[in-house]
Amino acid sequence: MPIDHNHPGAAHEIRGQAGGIEPHARNSIATLGGCPLLQNSGIPLDLNWVQEVRVNTSAVERRAQTQVARRTVKKEWQAAWLLRAITCMDLTTLSGDDTDERVRRLCAKARHPVQQDLVQMLGIEELEVKVAAVCVYHLFVETALHALEGSGVHVAAVSTGFPAGLSPLAERVAEIRRSVEAGAHEIDVVITRAHVFGGRWQALYDEIAAFKQACGGAHMKVILATGDLLTLRNVARASVVAMMAGADFIKTSTGKEATNATLPVGLVMTRAIREYGERTGMAVGFKAAGGIRTAKQSTDWLAMMKEELGQSWMRAELFRFGASGLLGDIERQLEHHATGRYSAEYRHPIA
Amino acid sequence: MSIAEKFVAMEYGPAPEDPKEAQAWLERHGHRFGHFINGAWQAPAADEYFDTVDPSNGEKLASVAQGSSADVDAAVQAARAAYPKWLALTPHVRARYLYALARLVQKHARLLAVLETMDNGKPIRESRDIDIPLVARHFYYHAGWAQLLEREFSEYEPCGVVGQIIPWNFPLLMAAWKIAPALATGNTVVLKPAEFTPLTALAFAELCQEAGLPAGVVNIVTGDGSTGEALVKHPDVDKIAFTGSTEVGRAIRSATAATHKRLSLELGGKSPFIIFDDADLDSAVEGLVDGIWFNQGQVCCAGSRLLMQESIAEPLIGKIRERMSSLRVGLPLDKAIDIGAIVARVQLDRIHRMVGQGIAEGATCWQPEVALPAKGFYYPPTLLSNVHPTSIVAQQEIFGPVLAAMTFRTPREAVELANNTVYGLAACVWSENINVALHVAAQLKAGVVWVNCTNLFDASCGFGGYRESGYGREGGREGLLEYCSRHGLRMLPRCLLRLRPRFRAQVKSLRPVLPPSIAP
Repeated sequence: MPIDHNHPGAAHEIRGQAGGIEPHARNSIATLGGCPLLQNSGIPLDLNWVQEVRVNTSAVERRAQTQVARRTVKKEWQAAWLLRAITCMDLTTLSGDDTDERVRRLCAKARHPVQQDLVQMLGIEELEVKVAAVCVYHLFVETALHALEGSGVHVAAVSTGFPAGLSPLAERVAEIRRSVEAGAHEIDVVITRAHVFGGRWQALYDEIAAFKQACGGAHMKVILATGDLLTLRNVARASVVAMMAGADFIKTSTGKEATNATLPVGLVMTRAIREYGERTGMAVGFKAAGGIRTAKQSTDWLAMMKEELGQSWMRAELFRFGASGLLGDIERQLEHHATGRYSAEYRHPIA
Repeated sequence: MSIAEKFVAMEYGPAPEDPKEAQAWLERHGHRFGHFINGAWQAPAADEYFDTVDPSNGEKLASVAQGSSADVDAAVQAARAAYPKWLALTPHVRARYLYALARLVQKHARLLAVLETMDNGKPIRESRDIDIPLVARHFYYHAGWAQLLEREFSEYEPCGVVGQIIPWNFPLLMAAWKIAPALATGNTVVLKPAEFTPLTALAFAELCQEAGLPAGVVNIVTGDGSTGEALVKHPDVDKIAFTGSTEVGRAIRSATAATHKRLSLELGGKSPFIIFDDADLDSAVEGLVDGIWFNQGQVCCAGSRLLMQESIAEPLIGKIRERMSSLRVGLPLDKAIDIGAIVARVQLDRIHRMVGQGIAEGATCWQPEVALPAKGFYYPPTLLSNVHPTSIVAQQEIFGPVLAAMTFRTPREAVELANNTVYGLAACVWSENINVALHVAAQLKAGVVWVNCTNLFDASCGFGGYRESGYGREGGREGLLEYCSRHGLRMLPRCLLRLRPRFRAQVKSLRPVLPPSIAP
């Protein structure tokens, strides 16, 4: 189902999530602290804001560590949260050995992430659980679109010289246009980390704004590559610049860095999203990519979204997991809920 | 609600910890406890008992012995009898007992955490993740000191029999803070747990039995204020260690003033929580949660006086309110609860009264909308603004989840306001500017100053106050000094000279010993 580009502020549904959308004011896509927020259209670069960013690493780490212990979900609530996690997933394959058939197999799993007998045992047929999107290299956009036709699962293309992002700007922009023309709903771009290290915020802003323009109506996720940025202050400042430049989502990692999505990084980025929402009235989504392998981690992340941003960010419109193995662990956890036993991996169809 | 409905609602749902092990423990004792004296359970001499109650629902947990003077006397005598033998054991052997106690605390961690939550009302997450691990850590740490005692404290001797009176806010942790250093340095102990929360101390008594601790080394006498008084006034106690209110501390100091007894006091606080305009505000707000909404604010060093730099006061208050709105108040045994029950009705009444007084004096009170459980003693997180130094809520310790907020303009004013208190237990400073943080921290009259954090404890860090927050330190090398003193050789009675391991070792190695007439 293509995104309705004619009404950029309209809340668009991922088909199949029964009642997953809250009633919003016209054009708003989220509620933050009781206030409706619009889709992000960016603002001019505000260097003061960037310079004023303060992040205390120890305090952030402490909060992230205790956050996990402070919140937990059990039994049916856990099952419900795990299902919600599935609907927020971008099933991903970004390997050098990808082929069309491999992508088709992934898309088939995307359409039916939970096998039918488990769906029946859980009594969740009405939910029609599907993942949010499939994330692939440009070469496979067409294959994925074809395989997902009529399902409501989006196709996201990584772009702009993923993962390093160091090809000439013109080529990176052209790459986006190619994927948009091919029909990709979402484009995951990478930033030039060197701009962050050098404090060249205008250059960073300009490049992201150029990407946004090339995206047109496709949603742009900006990958900050936090594993490269290393310091939480860099992460915060890069987040702010990316949002000002018009990001629809900010995303932690390419999945190829040594360290990918961690809770401290997520905390910093969600705080930045909250501040951006409070100051501009616009909502930006968050994607945690890489390093999330267990069902427990997925509920920890959902709890962080709930605590830091609120219920609007527990939906695919504003929250995603970039994961591949995670789905398998969630399936095993759901089977345990349904049967009281942990299943071997081979009992669940692979992606 | 079906899974599909829960999928839509995305609520946390209940996450209850199972109390069955703790309940079984109470059952095994028939919900009735005597004192732990001379290694065994003993019925109270006057056959009097009082109830200890679960503040989350007001239900009785057990009957606990009311300690009379006779019970206190029996305990002190047992401690006195055990003392020479305990001292004669080498420090290494004492270290092994302390290590064993640490291991046993870990082994029984879940039971102790659940019991602590049932008796005190604090969230199980806190008992499980903070209290009990710190207890184990305290015993491990002091096992280390006991092992090193001969090398590091060779010229020190213990006090002898130590009377220790502890509060109800961190029952087992306070017991650990008292017992571990006392035992490590060779003392024997009579401990009086708080009236509201005796159970984990009694469980600890069983751990002492399990560790094979010699009879009389640790004695536990339960009771109310009168039991504590009997202990304070007992002539054969060499030292009193007290943690509790300044009011009672003052009374104890009077009572012991004309005696030979050593005294350490860890009393109340009204600790300042200072946030500068260049702080990481979101992190500072989380610090407030750790500070004043930890343990329901029933923390002696709680950052209960917020001092905000004027320029960021408004956005900061907004962030604080938002954060308070996401704090979950509810059943302490629920793993996903932030704020549990206040320890007792009398404490809850006190909080109500003081907040009422604050409002009457002109403070603005803000509380999030939160449904409190119908039974038990609960109080919501509370923010009082428009508060001044003259306000009662700025001067007096409330000991509840209530934050009193004021503004300042300059670092100098922040220090002035921070130090404008009779207390001096702790403080914290939030700023990303290293110069401001360190300069201000050094000027604060508090025993502990945290920078960009709050309420961080470790056995290795000495903890204690200035002014009416008391004197003496607990933890670290300085904490050990409370339980021993430097001796001149000629002051030792002959019998102890024979027993001193150091002298035995010296005789063995034929190292020269200074004649008694020459003091070291």
